[in-house]
Amino acid sequence: MKKILIKGNEAIAEAAIQAGCKLFFGYPITPSTEVVEYLSKHLPKAGGTVLQGEDEVASINMCYGAASTGTRVMTATSSPGFSLKQEGMSYLAAAELPVVVVNVNRAGPGLGGLGPAQSDYFQCTKGGGHGDYRLIVLAPSKSQELYDFTMEAFDLADKYRNPVLIMADGFLGQMMEPVEIKERPQVELPPKDWVVDGCRGREKRKIVSYSLTNEIGEANCLRWQAKYEKIKETEQRWEEFYTEDAEYLIVGYGTCGRIGKSVVLNARKAGIKLGLIRPITLWPFPEKGFAPYKDKIKGIVTVELNAGQMIEDVKLAIECRVPVYLCNRQGGMMPSENEILEFIGKVFDLSLVREA
Amino acid sequence: MEVVFKRTTGLTGIPFHYCPGCTHGIIHRIIGEVMEELGIIEDTIGVAPVGCAGFSLDFFSCDFVGAAHGRAQAVATGIKRSLPDKMVFTYQGDGDIAAIGTAHAIHVAARGEKITSIMVNNAVFGMTGGQMAPTTLPGQVTTTSPYGRDCALSGSPIDLPKTVATLEGAVYVAAVSVDSPKNIFAAKKAIKRAFQVQQLGLGFSLVSILSTCPTNWGLSPVDSLKWLQEKMLPLYQMGELKVPEEVKGL
Repeated sequence: MKKILIKGNEAIAEAAIQAGCKLFFGYPITPSTEVVEYLSKHLPKAGGTVLQGEDEVASINMCYGAASTGTRVMTATSSPGFSLKQEGMSYLAAAELPVVVVNVNRAGPGLGGLGPAQSDYFQCTKGGGHGDYRLIVLAPSKSQELYDFTMEAFDLADKYRNPVLIMADGFLGQMMEPVEIKERPQVELPPKDWVVDGCRGREKRKIVSYSLTNEIGEANCLRWQAKYEKIKETEQRWEEFYTEDAEYLIVGYGTCGRIGKSVVLNARKAGIKLGLIRPITLWPFPEKGFAPYKDKIKGIVTVELNAGQMIEDVKLAIECRVPVYLCNRQGGMMPSENEILEFIGKVFDLSLVREA
Repeated sequence: MEVVFKRTTGLTGIPFHYCPGCTHGIIHRIIGEVMEELGIIEDTIGVAPVGCAGFSLDFFSCDFVGAAHGRAQAVATGIKRSLPDKMVFTYQGDGDIAAIGTAHAIHVAARGEKITSIMVNNAVFGMTGGQMAPTTLPGQVTTTSPYGRDCALSGSPIDLPKTVATLEGAVYVAAVSVDSPKNIFAAKKAIKRAFQVQQLGLGFSLVSILSTCPTNWGLSPVDSLKWLQEKMLPLYQMGELKVPEEVKGL
């Protein structure tokens, strides 16, 4: 087990190599570029190939082809690039192909800015492309998790035959931290008895995303939804921090979840019983994590680097039984610990408690 | 009794759904024959497009992947990079490969991707009901060029094989037609060479095939062939545009 100092994006790339990723198709875009750069240097030495596509659309469709053969494959991009991949995401989900996609969010909309943001939350968790489909969305909050979650993403993709998305923000992608390099976990996975690799000695196989027979189309949709229900039941993940006696909760993922921990500690010093729920899977959203607090707490503040997107899922998860407020920064800006604490004090009128 | 003609094992036997007079059926058959003659059916993965040819994945005996509109060559790239020892081909209409798929058509050739692309050019978008394609002839009436294609408004036809032939990585490029028995034989030879180029790992190969669309052209099957011969053959550069030495003797 060795520990190395590495950039977040490079941790993702190294994890992919360790996970047995053999092909990477990508197109450089800030702040995700180090993923393709690192892999260009190191994947060939591990027996793989990196191909820089002519654009994001080509890259995601190359992933579609590679995944059809059962090869472990990944692509990485940032927000405007992820928009271009949406067409492919819909097809990958429909064809039930295991692919790992990384979206290191930058500020949007439009070309936006290069700073960190979480403004692709809707796009990543609610579909983005056309049709009813879902991606498994993992939200790491530090380099070690970028590494661990990426490695696991390949297994999750194979387990469910579904694309898995690593949703990070530019801050995480660009930050350097020590990361423990682990070997690929040994997980029992279903056999890939559906791939196309030439029909020698067997019936021909087809991998398609469509049916023009409505009855079959409906059956397909029901099958996909049943799979999504199973994922919802089994894969919800979250982290709790000082929640046991909490009167108030803050909810944040990724970098916001990380800042949230300091906010909780500072709040506790100021006499406020604050706890944190950090969603780790953004889809499925960890509703189970909120269930115990529905009738226990006085209010929630979500911390987001967008105009308020996850807050909708939090309200649903808590069934709107307590007030939920949004503390956010946008356009590449990050809220400070004090800023968040000030906000919590203000919306819940806790200034007296703090002074005491 | 001596068997003088039989169905190729390159096709599954599922009846074609194509309109009467459409030449997709002929093209399917000669590709099936080529795969059978080269003994590669079980080592081939085809990539289907959208549009009329999207159903080809049922008709060929080999494994198949259905791609999004225009993306067949990107999908084929992913397959070939995963399984370099397999034969990979795309079967695309002109609307698929020369409009929405143009970027991929250029770059797959530029990279010298070791795949084969079959382009079926009938000068319209077929399945969607006969709209203007990049290959629509000047003055040709379609549902989106009801007064005839006006080149000042919507540009001139793209001769994709000619364009692709300029790229280093495209090693075999041919433009053929299936309007007559003689041309069908030439088309089959071109398709065979295109697959052989891939077998030898020489680079990208493209065969463009002029085809008919009697339904959307509003012509009988016989008049459609005549229209192809009179209007399309003179417009597009025909023949083997690029042939590597290695396959000339094959």
